[in-house]
Amino acid sequence: MLDNLFYIILPYAAVTLAIVITVQRYLKRGFTYSSLSSQFLESDELFYGSVPWHIGILVVLLGHVIGFAIPRQVLWFNGVPARLYILETTGLLFGLLALVGIVSLIVRRFTSARIRAVTSWMDVVVLLVLLVQVILGVYTALFYRWGSSWYATSAVPYLRSLFTLQPDLKMIAPLPMAVKAHILNAFIFLAIFPFSRLVHMLVVPIHYLWRPYQLVIWNGDRRKIIGQAPRPRPKTVEATVPVTGDTVAASRPVVTG
Amino acid sequence: MDVRLQIAMVFHLDKCIGCHTCSIACKNVWTDRKGAEYMWWNNVETKPGTGYPTAWEDQSKYKGGWETNGGEPQLKMGRRSLRVLNIFHNPDMPRMDDYYEPWTYKYEDLFNAPEGADQPTARPISMVTNKPIDIKAGPNWDDDLSGSPVYAANDPNLEALTPEQREELFDIERLVFFYLPRICNHCLNACCVAACPSGAIYKRGEDGIVLINQERCRGWRMCVTACPYKKTFYNWSTGKSEKCILCFPRLETGQAPACFHSCVGRIRYLGGLLYDADRIVEAMSVPDDQLVDAQREMILDPFDPEVRAAALRNGIDERTLEACERSPVYKYVKEWKLALPLHAEFRTLPMLFYVPPLLPVMAKTDAGVYDSSNEELFSPIEKARLPMEYLARLFSAGNIDPVRLALKKQYAIRLFKRMETVGDMDPLVVKQALAEVGCSEAEAEQIYRLTSLPTVDDRYVIPPMHREEAMQMLNDDVLADKGEAGFGFREAPVRGA
Repeated sequence: MLDNLFYIILPYAAVTLAIVITVQRYLKRGFTYSSLSSQFLESDELFYGSVPWHIGILVVLLGHVIGFAIPRQVLWFNGVPARLYILETTGLLFGLLALVGIVSLIVRRFTSARIRAVTSWMDVVVLLVLLVQVILGVYTALFYRWGSSWYATSAVPYLRSLFTLQPDLKMIAPLPMAVKAHILNAFIFLAIFPFSRLVHMLVVPIHYLWRPYQLVIWNGDRRKIIGQAPRPRPKTVEATVPVTGDTVAASRPVVTG
Repeated sequence: MDVRLQIAMVFHLDKCIGCHTCSIACKNVWTDRKGAEYMWWNNVETKPGTGYPTAWEDQSKYKGGWETNGGEPQLKMGRRSLRVLNIFHNPDMPRMDDYYEPWTYKYEDLFNAPEGADQPTARPISMVTNKPIDIKAGPNWDDDLSGSPVYAANDPNLEALTPEQREELFDIERLVFFYLPRICNHCLNACCVAACPSGAIYKRGEDGIVLINQERCRGWRMCVTACPYKKTFYNWSTGKSEKCILCFPRLETGQAPACFHSCVGRIRYLGGLLYDADRIVEAMSVPDDQLVDAQREMILDPFDPEVRAAALRNGIDERTLEACERSPVYKYVKEWKLALPLHAEFRTLPMLFYVPPLLPVMAKTDAGVYDSSNEELFSPIEKARLPMEYLARLFSAGNIDPVRLALKKQYAIRLFKRMETVGDMDPLVVKQALAEVGCSEAEAEQIYRLTSLPTVDDRYVIPPMHREEAMQMLNDDVLADKGEAGFGFREAPVRGA
């Protein structure tokens, strides 16, 4: 019964919340989308928290996504023991990196007076959920060996069954408590995601890598305003400064959308 | 030729009395808010001094501005493909302590303190933590050379001087300083725009005002590092960056920005400049000693028929061109060559220009008596207490010639007016002085008038800002086309959870 609540109802509720609220917040309260960086108030300790945390968790998360996307190939990869050991050790190391990061971040948040001044209740909840998640993950990696393989054969079928709207609990029912708690906590994470600062991960500025350096915004449609201009103009944004390696001529406006 | 309009500014430093009225006007209008208490979009510094934030000119520390290294200009903070690696922690980000921790006083204690033998005091408390703090720094802690062994002596610009010159500068009888009011330069080649990963910072096409779209800013803080003038600020409460908006709501209704309007010394001038956007890259790429000339070169003559035709083709209308013809900025910068950009070597093509200060013209003492004999025509300039190398480092990227010309010209005009009003000058000497700086008597008179007797309408020639064009866009989707304003919010500026 509780399993049904935790692993069928909660997942769908969490995903629905995550999608609906995230979109609604982006459209109606876009101002609140920010990294909410506190580096300005405290920078030194942040380095030892933020950097290991982000690098560790991104690699671990990528591992989970790969396992979910291509479980057969992961199992095939793990067929050779040496490769299995390398994969597992890598996962554990990055998991530990994330653990070091999140612990430093928590310590920093509660010891620095300036940081406490910008700490919301949601920040505390987020940090606790993430801490529990990383501890459970590292614990699983240490005590329930070869998770990269059994993840592919037990958790992945369950997650996929959620996606196909035919939830099937039989693969995860026999899993150890720590693993089941890890899954449950993941859904809690998903549920709080849209209400927290975590939304910053959706606005990572990848576009920056190829956009022109300078942005100019005009009133209205530039093409209409300069009717008989000698050359066509972009609508809103144009480049005036080239980047090294850009093939675009220095002075020519570039349409960027 | 791609003619565009820029609202540009001139600050006449010879007239600045360092009263900070501009700073207060700005603070009251724009930054008297949580998270913005430490921000001074307009601040006034004493030079020599380390300024605000401390030693902001030292780019080996702050990594602001562009650098060429002989090749293509690059952001000094590093190429963006590598810079994204710093997204989790920006190693070159100034901290609150580089500015100062804002504080107020516990005034209630004055009323609520129990009766006792001592007078109650109002203790200073931090506006970040609300806890008592020991105040260690403020935004103008080095005002009027106070604490000069700590502040003025560490001015990064003193590098341009010889050890003897430095020693002389701080001789007790020779102390000399001037004020440097600073706001955002609304650069043509702004680093903050180039560094913003979110693309939230932009230049308004019609008037060149640089704004941060508050709704697209995600608080990655790269602009704070990139701006060499440190005029973008991170709001620690909302998690967004903010900057001077040149009071665009005032400009759009024909009023001068608050800091201009309130200026007691009337040192500030504002007007339109036409420039050739096709030459931005060229102008920012020349060697240091040519930067001032290159920047002047790209500013176009509003009387030139060819320029006017190109401007009209680009959607700049006749009334705007008329305003550009009367622009005091055009006169000071291009015609008279009196106003110079601050730290042109940052290569952002700043659009705020400074008339370098003449300062006390008495140069050296001889046995305790000031030597005021002018054995040479321009000796007070050449032997000024503040070495010209220092001013050159500030206003012409180390090239002494533009600064020398600006100072000599001001001095020649003083001689000219002294001849007219006091009558104790030899007309031949005055003629020679004016000739040496290439200034006619008519021009000298004009400079004198615009410097000493300008009315509000002379100082602020605000081109029509054409809000009606922006209003027309309401038929289309105005927010999609224009981007959101750099200040002011369509929703409450609450901190995200």
